[in-house]
Amino acid sequence: MRRKGVSYAKYGYIFCLPFVIIFLIFSMYPTLYTAVIGFTDMKGVIPKPVHLLDNPFQNFRDLIFNNETFRKALLNTLLIWIINFIPQILLALLLTAWFTNNRLNIRGQGLFKVLLYMPNIITAGTIAVLFSALFAYPMGPVNSFFHLMGWSDAPIFFLQDKTTARGLVGFIQFWMWYGNTMIILIAGVMGINPVLFEAAIMDGATAVQTFFRVTLPSLKTILLYVLITSMIGGLQMFDIPQLFLQGGPDNATLTTSVFIYNQAFRGAYMYNRAAAASMIVFLIAVVLSLVLFYFMRDRDAAELKKMEKMMKKAAKAAPREV
Amino acid sequence: MELSQNKKSFSINMVIIYILCILLALVSIVPFYIMFINATRSTPEIQSGLALLPSTHLLSNWNVLLDKSFNPFKGFLNSFIISGGTTLCAVYFSALTAYGLVAYNWKLRQPFFTFILCVMMIPAQASAIGFYKFMYQFGWTNNFLPLILPAIASPTVVFFMRQYLLATLSTEIVEASRIDGAGEFYSFNKIMMPIMMPAVATQAIFVFVASWNNLFTPLILLTQRDKYTLPIMVSLLRGDIYRTEFGSIYLGLSLTVLPLFVFYFLLSRYIIAGVALGGVKE
Repeated sequence: MRRKGVSYAKYGYIFCLPFVIIFLIFSMYPTLYTAVIGFTDMKGVIPKPVHLLDNPFQNFRDLIFNNETFRKALLNTLLIWIINFIPQILLALLLTAWFTNNRLNIRGQGLFKVLLYMPNIITAGTIAVLFSALFAYPMGPVNSFFHLMGWSDAPIFFLQDKTTARGLVGFIQFWMWYGNTMIILIAGVMGINPVLFEAAIMDGATAVQTFFRVTLPSLKTILLYVLITSMIGGLQMFDIPQLFLQGGPDNATLTTSVFIYNQAFRGAYMYNRAAAASMIVFLIAVVLSLVLFYFMRDRDAAELKKMEKMMKKAAKAAPREV
Repeated sequence: MELSQNKKSFSINMVIIYILCILLALVSIVPFYIMFINATRSTPEIQSGLALLPSTHLLSNWNVLLDKSFNPFKGFLNSFIISGGTTLCAVYFSALTAYGLVAYNWKLRQPFFTFILCVMMIPAQASAIGFYKFMYQFGWTNNFLPLILPAIASPTVVFFMRQYLLATLSTEIVEASRIDGAGEFYSFNKIMMPIMMPAVATQAIFVFVASWNNLFTPLILLTQRDKYTLPIMVSLLRGDIYRTEFGSIYLGLSLTVLPLFVFYFLLSRYIIAGVALGGVKE
């Protein structure tokens, strides 16, 4: 019997349509609008006629070459992200290796997962204010604890020291996110075909060998996902630096997002400068993700896809002959 | 001989593993424990040192807190409306988009997925200024809709659900429901959504948390006090009016954390289960 030529292809378009429409209105247009504002003289609370600048790249040039605060914000963002991400991914991988290792059979895993993930569910703003209260000077819980343990003779003004402040912001980010990363990685390990692990055990592989030769390579895609989302999250880091120390002391925890917020919604309402800064951050995000994709692309998968395409073509051609 | 040595090193390993896990768990709990305890203590008590047991100043802290126009209930309600709406939009439409991407063979399918991968990279701040100006001209500041509707296009959720569908969707199910005469939307709502439930639940939790905790967008859009979300209210606690009132700062923080704790400990089972189910099994 000949199959009726019903094409379901149109449903693909229909199902994806809401996404496209909303994306165009609430994401695409605002992004383009932001880009345009970056080339204008739009500033101040009271709307005024807006003009394109004579030199369209004036805002960008000012930011990159003449604005020390912006450069500092970029550097801070990078530093804080590194301080948070490297220990985060290492710890998450270690915990994943332990929790998914059947030979270790760690008890209370459920409880550990629940507790380690917990900080992630709490509002970042709340955590920032909480930590600023915990590290209060001259007397706060942390100072009390140091005094109790005999680690300090006089109260320490933790939040006045630039390195400590930056380190603490990084630590808070790390503390909030490693549980999340761990859960995603564990989900990834659960998704690996158990046959692979059985084969590794049959071949007499040790736990360490299994982790590095079977688990890690299979986690590539998930690791890429974690890395990219963490990077984008890092570039957007706002709540903690803003509410923990308002970017201080001496702009040591001023991230690019806090900078953008301060430019656009505080003081001079420099929308144009903030927009230009957003675009620079955006470009950095694009470049970083392209680099990442390039290095982590799976060559075997690309080969496989090619094969698949050929097979599909062959399959399409086949029924016609019948 | 060798075997017992192995056993010994194995149990030493186990001790290290448990110590590290317990330490990490403590690091998760202690800050919140101190917060809850300090919420019941007066400022002089807090400044005199640590305590493991609650004190008796909860009520006076409460009065000081409310005196300064801090309304946690209103904030909770606003946050709940926004996060609930966001979650429903994000989860349903992302599942729909992911299904459209996986189940149907259309010309622009691959380009569209590449496009989603690309827009996943766009940081929210990249569009924040334009978004604010656009909403301002549209008269939508101090409105919850611009905080909810954009969730219909959630690239990361679509990405995650697509990965899940690729692993679980079998063409037989789709074919079977077509032979039974079900429409495409019907089979999506009645057959695919239940199959995708593990992914939907996990993503719903992550989306809800992200929206609940979001400070940046609400902060720039909402300027009226009765529209404030909880994170914006928390930022008020950082202000000058509470400078010396540590007890009420801790109480305010506790009030914003408490509902999250309840929510989390009720749902944590599902988070872990969802994560376990989210994995691909053959």
